Amino acid sequence: MSAAWLHLPILQVVLPLFGAIAAAFLKRSASAFALALVVSWLMPVIAGALLWQVLTGGPVSYHLGGWEPPWGIEYRVDLLNAFVLLLISAIGAVIMPAARRSIDLEIEADRQPRFYCMFLLCLTGLLGIAITGDAFNAFVFLEISSLSTYVLIALGPDRRALLAAYRYLIVGTIGATFYVIGVGLLYLVTGTLNMADLAVRIGPAWEAQSRAIIAALGFITVGVGLKLALFPLHAWLPNAYTYAPSWVTVFLSASATKVAIYLLVRFYFSVFGSAVDLDLLPVATFIVALSVAAMFLASISAVFEPNLKRMLAYSSVAQIGYITLGIGLQNQAGVTGGLVHIVNHGMMKAALFLAAGAVLLRVRTVRIAELAGIGRKMPWTMAAFSVAGLGLIGTPGTTGFVSKWYLVLGAIERGWWPLAFLIVASSVIALVYVGRFLEIAWMREPAEGLAEAADPPGSVLLPLLILAAATIYFGLDTALTAGIAGQAAQSLLGGMR
Amino acid sequence: MSLDLILRIGTKLILPFILLFALYVQFHGDYGPGGGFQAGVIAAGMVILVSITFGLAAAKQVAPQAMVERMIPVGLLIYAGTGAAGFLFGRNYLDYSSFAHDPAHGHELGILLVEFGVLITVSGTMVSLFYAFVERGR
Amino acid sequence: MDFFRTVADHYNYVITIFVMVAGLYIVTSRGNLIKKLVGLAIFQTSVYLLYIEPGKILGGTAPILHPDFTVYSNPLPHVLILTAIVVGVATLALGLALVVRINEAFGSIEEEEIIEKDRAP
Repeated sequence: MSAAWLHLPILQVVLPLFGAIAAAFLKRSASAFALALVVSWLMPVIAGALLWQVLTGGPVSYHLGGWEPPWGIEYRVDLLNAFVLLLISAIGAVIMPAARRSIDLEIEADRQPRFYCMFLLCLTGLLGIAITGDAFNAFVFLEISSLSTYVLIALGPDRRALLAAYRYLIVGTIGATFYVIGVGLLYLVTGTLNMADLAVRIGPAWEAQSRAIIAALGFITVGVGLKLALFPLHAWLPNAYTYAPSWVTVFLSASATKVAIYLLVRFYFSVFGSAVDLDLLPVATFIVALSVAAMFLASISAVFEPNLKRMLAYSSVAQIGYITLGIGLQNQAGVTGGLVHIVNHGMMKAALFLAAGAVLLRVRTVRIAELAGIGRKMPWTMAAFSVAGLGLIGTPGTTGFVSKWYLVLGAIERGWWPLAFLIVASSVIALVYVGRFLEIAWMREPAEGLAEAADPPGSVLLPLLILAAATIYFGLDTALTAGIAGQAAQSLLGGMR
Repeated sequence: MSLDLILRIGTKLILPFILLFALYVQFHGDYGPGGGFQAGVIAAGMVILVSITFGLAAAKQVAPQAMVERMIPVGLLIYAGTGAAGFLFGRNYLDYSSFAHDPAHGHELGILLVEFGVLITVSGTMVSLFYAFVERGR
Repeated sequence: MDFFRTVADHYNYVITIFVMVAGLYIVTSRGNLIKKLVGLAIFQTSVYLLYIEPGKILGGTAPILHPDFTVYSNPLPHVLILTAIVVGVATLALGLALVVRINEAFGSIEEEEIIEKDRAP
C-alpha cells in the first residue's frame, strides 16, 4: 500500500490509460461498461487521497522516469490541481452509471466498446492536463483529450454531430496550436518547459525579452480561451453540446472546459503572475470585459433558444463568463469565487444536462415547446432540474449563490461597483431562461406526446438526484468547496508579484 | 492481370527487403536516424504495396483486419506496460534504470521495448487507416 | 535600413510567420472542408519550424558526447516536435475521417452546400 501511496500522481493518469487499452480489446458493450465503471470509481479515490496528501504534507511532486525537474517531466499536485482532479473524477464517477441507458439509445451496440475506450482516453487527457507540471506535456494531454472528444461528439445520433465535431476539431486544433506557439516562445526566452522553473526564469528575462513574453501570454490566453469557450471564442460550443450524445454532453460540460480554465489560471497566476507584475500585462481588464459580455450576450441567446440542450449550452458560455470574471478580478474574493464556481457550475450543469438526457431518453425530443407539462410526468427529474436551475440563477441556499457572493465581494473589493451590479443583473436573465422552461414544464397541461413519459430508471435518476442534492449541500456547507478554493486562491495570489 | 507482370514480380522481389529495411530502421534507431515511427510506417507501406499490386483481398491475407486492429492497443500496452514495469523495481513510472545490471543498459533496454510497442501501434494504425479508407470508396 | 537588416537577420522567423499566417488564412477563407484541413496542417507546420530552427546551432553536431566535438545542437526541440508531428498527423487523420463521414451523410464537402442542405432536409 505504501508503494501505491507514493505513485498516486501517475496512477491517476495511467489507470484510465490502461482502462482505455483494455476497453479496446473488449467486444461486448456490457464488459466495456463494467470496466469504465470500475476505473471511473477508482479515480475519485485516488484524487481524494492526493488531496489528503496535499492538505497534510504540502505539494506533491512526482518525477517521471526518475529524472529530476526541470530536465524531466514533473507531475506536481498542489491544492489547485488536487481540487480540479477531485471535481473531474468525482463527476465522472457519479454520472458513469447513467451512461449505459443513455448510450444504448444513441449509439449502436457494436460501437459501444470503442465509445468507452474513447471516454477513458478523454479522462486520461483531462486528468493529465490537471496534474502535469510541464507546459509541453500539458499540450500533449490537451490533444489526447481533444481528439477523443471530437470522436465522442461525432458519435452523436444526428448527422449534424459530424459537422459540429469537424468545426470543433478545426477550432480546437487552432487553439491547441496557439497554446503551443505561446509555450514555444517561452521556451525560446527561458530554455525551460517546467512550469515552476518558467516562473523563476521569466522574471530575469523580462528586461530583455518583454515583447516575446507578452506575445507568449497573448497566444496562450487566446489558445486556451478557444478551448474553454471564452466569449467570443465560444462558437463551437453550442452545436457540439447540442448534437453530442446526451451523456457525453453531461461529461464534457462538467470537465473539458473546466480543465482549460484550470490551465489558464495556472499560467496566469503561477507562471506569469509570479514572474512579472501582471499590471504590466493588460490581460485582466480584457478578460473582465469579455466575461461580462459572455454573461449577458450568451444568456440572452439562451433566452430565445427553442432547443433545451442548446439553451443549456449557451448558459454554459455565460457561466464560464462568471468563472473568468473571478480570475480577471485578481483578488482573494474574486479568485475564490471563480475557482469555487468551477466546481459549482460543474455540478449544476452536469445535473441539468443529465435531466435533459433523461427527457430525451423518455420522450425522444428536447424541443422546449414539445415539453409542456413534462414536470407532472417526470416529477423527480424535473425537481432535480429545478434545483440545479435555481443554482444557476444564484438563489440563496444553492451553490450558485456562494459563487456569486464571492464574485460580488471581489468586485466591491476592487471598487468596481457597476460590476457588482452587472453580476446581479445578469442573474435576472438566468432567471428568465430557467424560469421560462420551468413555467412550461410545471404549469402547463401535459402535451399529447408525453402520455407515456415517466421518470428514468434508477441508474439515471440516482446520479441526477445526487448532483441536485450536492447543489444544495454545497450551497449550505461551503467548508469543502469554498474553503479549499479560498486556500488555493490565497496560495496563487500569495505567489504573485 | 497478366499485363503487369513486371510490377507483380518486382513487388514480390522487394517485399522482403522492405520489411528488412523496416527492421533495420527500427533497431538502428539507437545509433542513427530511425525508430519505431519510421519503421512502423515502412512496414505498413509493405502491406499497402501488396494491396495496390495484388488487391485488397491479398493484402488482408498478409495482414488480416482483425489482427491489424488488435495491433494498435497491443503496441500501446507494450509501451505503457514497459513504463509500469518500473514499479516492480520500486522505481517511478517510465524509469528503466533497474531493467539491467547498470542504469545505462537499463535505459537502452527500456527504450528498445518502447520503440517495439511504437512499431506495432504505428504500423497497425497505418494499415487500418488504409483499409478503412479503401473500403469506403466501394 | 535597420529594419531590413533585422528582417534579414531573422529570416527564419519571417518564414515561420509567413507559413503560420498563410495556414490560418486558408482555414478561415476556404469553404471546402478538405482545403480547411490542408490549411490547418500548414498552420501546424509553422510551429514545427518555430521550435526546430532555434535548436540548430551552426557548426554544431548531433548531441552525442565525443571528445572531438564541443558544440552540439539542442535535441529537445526535435523530441518535442516529433510529438507535435504525431499529434498533427492524428488530428489530420481524424479530420479527414470526419470529412468522409460528412460527405456520406450530406453528399457534399462544401460548407455552404452543407448548411443549405441542413436547412431543407
